[in-house]
Amino acid sequence: MPKVKIPRKSTIVDMTAMCDVAFLLLTFFILATKQKPPEVLAVKTPTSVSSKAAPDKSILITLTKEGKVFLMLGDETKKADIINDINTTRNLQLSPSELNRLIKKEEFIGMPLNKLKSMLASSVIIPATAMEGIPIDSTNNELTYWLRSVTNVYAGGDQRKLQEMLLIKGDGQALYPIFKNIKKALKDNELFKFRIVTEGENVPVGSELYKTGKKAEH
Amino acid sequence: MAEMDTSSGGGHKKGPGVKKGKKLSTRVDLTPMVDLGFLLITFFVFTTTMSQSTAMNMNEPKDDPDSQLKVKNSGAMTILLGKGNQVYYYYGQLEAATASEQFKSTTFKGIRALILEKKNGTPIDDLMYIIKSDDQSTFKNAIDILDEMTISAVPPGHYAEVTMESVEKMLLRETEKANGIQ
Repeated sequence: MPKVKIPRKSTIVDMTAMCDVAFLLLTFFILATKQKPPEVLAVKTPTSVSSKAAPDKSILITLTKEGKVFLMLGDETKKADIINDINTTRNLQLSPSELNRLIKKEEFIGMPLNKLKSMLASSVIIPATAMEGIPIDSTNNELTYWLRSVTNVYAGGDQRKLQEMLLIKGDGQALYPIFKNIKKALKDNELFKFRIVTEGENVPVGSELYKTGKKAEH
Repeated sequence: MAEMDTSSGGGHKKGPGVKKGKKLSTRVDLTPMVDLGFLLITFFVFTTTMSQSTAMNMNEPKDDPDSQLKVKNSGAMTILLGKGNQVYYYYGQLEAATASEQFKSTTFKGIRALILEKKNGTPIDDLMYIIKSDDQSTFKNAIDILDEMTISAVPPGHYAEVTMESVEKMLLRETEKANGIQ
């Protein structure tokens, strides 16, 4: 009987294909994930058990650690209208080029109304971190005027849509009175429903909410 | 010309002075590269799904002095938020004689059990949590206490934010001093 020869096979597997797949997936994930826009204002939000995702398009009131208040008008279609509205209602006397700069270039609005013109007229670009913030004392609450322009522009439209867009993003370290003044500015404009941006958190095990098993709705 | 000399020794010999190039395989071991690829994938997948901003709903009541809600003393619990993440609370109404005994302090860790205890021991129609924030408390405290209400499944309309009265503020300062909270 002739011996049956078993051919000796190499144990080395060709890794090229696997490598290709790995990097293809990697490329896909990198390209598919939407990059978070770099945060100009560093804000560390508190946590909550709410599971609703924050909308992208929003009217965002940012409250920084130092207690400065900024406004960001994320709805590009209405931004120009809102800024034009406050220009006329508060008699800011901004020139068309200054208005254009405020609408197109400035992402955050964070200047007292009386300093807005000089800031927009100068060629120096002030980063949001160096801005003063919108005055929000109980005596001079300028956020009320901004929000009034917002409500003026959205008047007649879908109010629910506006409610969904109104966001407050605050730093956990900011003091309560400023938050209270923001709420007051909203309430003065009949805006009673708004949302707070928070970092997601799991429902604590054993709590009432955990037992009912339903997701947080508030 | 374009061919590589892949033959092993024995073939035609080159001149005695010509060095024979060592034969190297063109195959590269790709295993570490695959490892790296998957490691990066895992990293990206985890980091992208982890940080998701959520939005918490807020419903502010209209400030209407005519429609002031009457709260039963037996069902009311007042929660005061102070400096340094401290929480103070009392049940019912503050009586001048026993105010210092009624006024107790706790932390955010302890308040959950107290909220739940009150909720379980009170008929749901009478239940009312009154939240008062001090000027020294932070935005985080205000959000956390509202979140505690959600966690303890207190129905909306059974808690409200109210401004602090001067008596309470004074008591709060005294307690802070006594507890050494800076």
